[in-house]
Amino acid sequence: MNGYHTSLMSLLIGVLAVLITASIVAFLLAQKKGHDDPLVENLTARINAWWVMAGVLGLAFWVGRSGVVILFAACSFAALREFVTLTNVRRADTWMLAGLFYVALPLQYWAVWTDWYGFVSIFIPVYVFLGMPILSAIRGETENFLIRVAEVQWAAMIAIYCISHIPALLSLNLPGFEGRNILLIAFLVIVVQASDVLQYVWGKLMGKRKIAPRLSPSKTVEGFVGGVGSATILGALMWWITPFSPLEAGAMALIIALMGFFGGLVLSAVKRDRGVKDWGATIAGHGGFIDRLDSLIFAAPIFFHLTRFWWSV
Amino acid sequence: MQILARITASAIIGFSRFITAVKGFWPGGVPHRGQAIYFANHTSNGDFILLWTVLGALRHKTRPVAAADYWLSTPLKRFIGQNVFNAVLIDRDPDTRAHDPIEQMLEALDEGSSLIIFPEGTRNASDEVLLPFKAGLFHLSEKRPDVPLVPAWIENLNRVLPKGEVIPVPFICTVKFGAAIKLEKGEEKPGFLTRAEKMVLALRPEEAST
Repeated sequence: MNGYHTSLMSLLIGVLAVLITASIVAFLLAQKKGHDDPLVENLTARINAWWVMAGVLGLAFWVGRSGVVILFAACSFAALREFVTLTNVRRADTWMLAGLFYVALPLQYWAVWTDWYGFVSIFIPVYVFLGMPILSAIRGETENFLIRVAEVQWAAMIAIYCISHIPALLSLNLPGFEGRNILLIAFLVIVVQASDVLQYVWGKLMGKRKIAPRLSPSKTVEGFVGGVGSATILGALMWWITPFSPLEAGAMALIIALMGFFGGLVLSAVKRDRGVKDWGATIAGHGGFIDRLDSLIFAAPIFFHLTRFWWSV
Repeated sequence: MQILARITASAIIGFSRFITAVKGFWPGGVPHRGQAIYFANHTSNGDFILLWTVLGALRHKTRPVAAADYWLSTPLKRFIGQNVFNAVLIDRDPDTRAHDPIEQMLEALDEGSSLIIFPEGTRNASDEVLLPFKAGLFHLSEKRPDVPLVPAWIENLNRVLPKGEVIPVPFICTVKFGAAIKLEKGEEKPGFLTRAEKMVLALRPEEAST
């Protein structure tokens, strides 16, 4: 147990050091370029939001299991609200949506909380998958039926199922790692978010060739390689908080960073399809919840299952 | 009663944020200062709750104009309409009413309050984007030409609770405000009302993206 608290404390100090450095850099930039500079303004807003997000996550970790489950349930709720806003749902889908928000979401997180792996992994892909079109069909509105139902299925998988795999990491039974599963969440979140930030930084510093100009004009090859590469090294250096060896931790970090990158790309494609720039305006400088969670959404289930398959008993 | 009204107001605002995550967008990023008449599209009974929520501290001096027949129909609605929202309740039926609605609104303006009005006159349940404005807006600004008129577009609230449904479903809502307008000297009623309608329509997200 002692090792757990030392690890958590070291992480806290590390994150604090990074945030303080970032705030100092933003402050110096503001002195140099002026507070009204749009880049500085956006950077400051982003860093301030990072302080809040790190604080909320730290608080959830401090509370423990219930704190983590409640935090990610709230994230799911906010993400689901953003996702359905961009869909073609209409009045006839009200029951389907109400069922998703008020029944499926709480049930999924209740199962996460009680460590019921079987339920967590099949409830949405099986029961919700079949139940939602039934609720919609009963109302008899057939126009765009397939599109409406498919969009809401996507919303359920992205916003509830995928996000719920972050707190579900707590249910893994890893020999020699008992009682320290929160560190797995810390590892996942730090690698994913560091990869996002480092891709942005590398891209700003030396980005030239656009990697997906139609989907995400700000993403560059240089940013991708530099960001994913440095996140992989960061992950390997964090091996001591995980059940992995340094090499394994690096490999996991690489997979997490790659999935995160593609998550950002896929969810950008959805935004382009719907003609919006951001999923919402809840987090100043970042956009909506899905804008901040997109990489985690794609990385979490894969990280969960790889860890479960290779390390859990 | 006062405390109960305040608690209820906070609860209603909290609930509307939970369901809609509503955010207000102002031209230039800064809320309008001072007295104003806010006029907006009307698709739901919750419209002025959203406007009220995004007005922040300004809401204490802002009174919605609402239909007396609806808000006086039950004790709960009466409490919410009169005590919580401090609405200017007007009788929409010219044959039965004891007070002239315009007089009531002018009275509120002269007390220093801002107003929220829905010039379509009724909730828009049609396929039209906006119903033609009633003349009230014109008469108000004719009598108090110095009070700026601030247009607003409320997006998505009609999806939260479509007419006939009982369970509100979460959707992100936005309230977009436009630049304040005033009645020009010599401007006629039809021209002014059309201009006001256009100001509201121009705030729709569809307009911004094209």
